[in-house]
Amino acid sequence: MFIELINLISAWAIPCLLFVIPLTGYLRGVKVYETFVAGAEDGFYTAVKIIPFLVGMLVAIGVFRASGAMDLLVLFIEPITGLLRIPPDILPLAIMRPLSGGGALGLAAEIINTHGPDSFLGRLASVAQGSTDTTFYVLTVYFGSVGIIKYRYALHLGLIADITSLMAAIFITRLVFG
Amino acid sequence: MVNLVWLFLLLSGIVVAGINGNINIVTTAALSSAQRAVTIALELIGIMALWLGLLKIAEEAGMVRLLARIMRPFTSFLFPSVPKDHPVMGAILMNLSANILGLGNAATPFGLKTMQGLQSLNSNPDEASDAMCTFLALNTSCITLIPATIIGVRAAAGSQNPSEIVGATIFATGVAMTVAIVADRLLRARFGRDSRR
Repeated sequence: MFIELINLISAWAIPCLLFVIPLTGYLRGVKVYETFVAGAEDGFYTAVKIIPFLVGMLVAIGVFRASGAMDLLVLFIEPITGLLRIPPDILPLAIMRPLSGGGALGLAAEIINTHGPDSFLGRLASVAQGSTDTTFYVLTVYFGSVGIIKYRYALHLGLIADITSLMAAIFITRLVFG
Repeated sequence: MVNLVWLFLLLSGIVVAGINGNINIVTTAALSSAQRAVTIALELIGIMALWLGLLKIAEEAGMVRLLARIMRPFTSFLFPSVPKDHPVMGAILMNLSANILGLGNAATPFGLKTMQGLQSLNSNPDEASDAMCTFLALNTSCITLIPATIIGVRAAAGSQNPSEIVGATIFATGVAMTVAIVADRLLRARFGRDSRR
């Protein structure tokens, strides 16, 4: 029942938005097609802008995996990740996620391409990447903009949220796709 | 920190390959990964263009404002230290609405405006106020409706159903946001300073 609901949302979310957004735009007097094209232009630049991040991360993790270093790391941390039931392959992504958005996207893309987008790890990397944020970056930019030096408990909160997202991602991916 | 993780992945990979007597694999892996990165990015263009085009319509149609109006009742609960009709409430709502819709570029200006507004209510300008901590917790744990980039990466990798992860993402971000709100209340009590607003 719950799993069906989640799948229903996945299937309907994009068709609904494709229906609702242009219709609302039209009713509100927006020139829908021209506005769409103007926005779509940014898609090109956005995709090109992430190339350096992807190259950097895919090369590093590609070498790390091909050399056998990934297998060593997995062997080494198995006792800890096994206890928390975190798949070890996801660990570099989990560490990178709060630090660098582009870097994490590179790691997620590597997992998705290596294990396949419809494998358990590919799906988990997708959900984990989609549901967490670049906490350190956001904190630095927002606090920096008004000259706050002491963050008090803001960093704790951000990291609690990131860890929760990761655990929730693992839980829900196992439940829905496991 | 990013630098260290990157350096560790790269260098330890090369060292392990050397020890294993398999140094050739380093060159092969590095070159093929670099090429694959570009292929992924190029295949992303179509989906990013579709999504950003759609978001542009949403933005022009005032849907951020619409969503902000729906969420208004929750803000006084979340930000008890901010006067109810203070203009910063508007910026907070616009920022969160833009975040939910995935409008990163639209969210940032409202976020910076929020920080300025909250700073004007802050009694100690060096230190984060309660409301700032709450705002950043909401900002980083915000519900994500459509993770467009990752859907694009999945499509580029040949997924049978690139958007099948949408429901799971909404669930995971919903849980994270709930936990962040609860944790904020608990930490505020622990780190509490009564004089602060």
